[in-house]
Amino acid sequence: MDFGKFIAIAISMVFINNFILSKFLGLCSFIGVSKETKPAVSMGLAVTFVTTMSSLITWLIYRYLLIPFNITYLRTISFILVIASFVQLVEMVVRKISPLLYKAFGIYLPLITVNCAVLGVAVLNSEMFFAGTSSMKNGFIMSVTQGFFAGIGYMLAMLLMSGIRERLEFTEVPASLKDVPLAFIIASLMSLAFMGFNGFRF
Amino acid sequence: MKRLIKEFTKGIGVENPTFGLVLGLCPTLAVSTSVRNAIGMGIAATFVLFCSNIIISSLRKFIPSQIRIPCFIVIIATFVTIVELLMKAYFPPLNAALGIFVPLIVVNCIVLGRAEAFACKRPVSDSVFDALGMGVGFTLALIIIASIREVLGAGKFFGITVLKGFEPVTMMILSPGALLTMGLLIGIVNYWHIKAKAKKKVKEEEVR
Repeated sequence: MDFGKFIAIAISMVFINNFILSKFLGLCSFIGVSKETKPAVSMGLAVTFVTTMSSLITWLIYRYLLIPFNITYLRTISFILVIASFVQLVEMVVRKISPLLYKAFGIYLPLITVNCAVLGVAVLNSEMFFAGTSSMKNGFIMSVTQGFFAGIGYMLAMLLMSGIRERLEFTEVPASLKDVPLAFIIASLMSLAFMGFNGFRF
Repeated sequence: MKRLIKEFTKGIGVENPTFGLVLGLCPTLAVSTSVRNAIGMGIAATFVLFCSNIIISSLRKFIPSQIRIPCFIVIIATFVTIVELLMKAYFPPLNAALGIFVPLIVVNCIVLGRAEAFACKRPVSDSVFDALGMGVGFTLALIIIASIREVLGAGKFFGITVLKGFEPVTMMILSPGALLTMGLLIGIVNYWHIKAKAKKKVKEEEVR
């Protein structure tokens, strides 16, 4: 097993191709939930969990259902249904088992169903780790790694953004730029900083 | 008839999905690198919105409200798959440029939002015009953002060089440019709103 490949995937997903700052996946929740640090981190954790699990499930579906029956054109519809029902399931389980955990990130779970990041990582996996109709070597583990680190990248961006926005609460800004527009401008500057990682080569 | 026109125009003006409601941001920012991509994405999204609104509003009496969201998602995903296949067959370059964002129309908040907030409550005729208005509004917003980014970032408009002897600001067609353009545009829209509100207040005081 080539360990370096996994490190490459990790660094690429967290820094170089950060889902929010360079691929624009999951922007709605990024702007919406990043006002305070605590909910932002909870949301990040919830997203990480769901992207990891959904990479796992969608890889299995793609490999053992869609490819053998030659129905890969049903990718979008099957992925979104599986993700939506999985998220629903997780929500129900969490609510039953641990009310504390449910309070921490349960309310963000329904939001995740329509988060582009989750479907995005599933689609990306099916495009990157399948050469035509056959799975690449270690494709399964690489898919799950990619899903996990996509979530970590999302959480990193969330954490940085919420920290900045918490400070901004106490500063005076032009009324027309308050809140959402300013968040975009900050995100733009952060994205500019993250572009510095583009030079990394493996 | 008047009502239908109103449903159509509100999507372009007051309730513009991008600037008014701030929905469907991911594709807006990701594909607005050139006007051509923007128009392609706009048309694809409008098609999905149009078809899914018709189906959802004609089935609104049969869909049980507890499971309406999964039903909507299945209907929307069907049309997205149709768009995906059509685009792959007839416009391969566009498909390559939009990439992952074609299947991601499924999770575009505008489509699901209109289904939930409008199509499942109103008759078909209203929903059709609502979908068209929203679609056109979304396309226009995309074109505005894309033209700013393409002109500043590549010195081109629709692939034709317009700014000669101008060093293109490459940042504008990369990701930071998208976020910056979006932030400033929403800021401008807010500025207008605040100004209009202030004017209204002054007028009311004068009347008093």
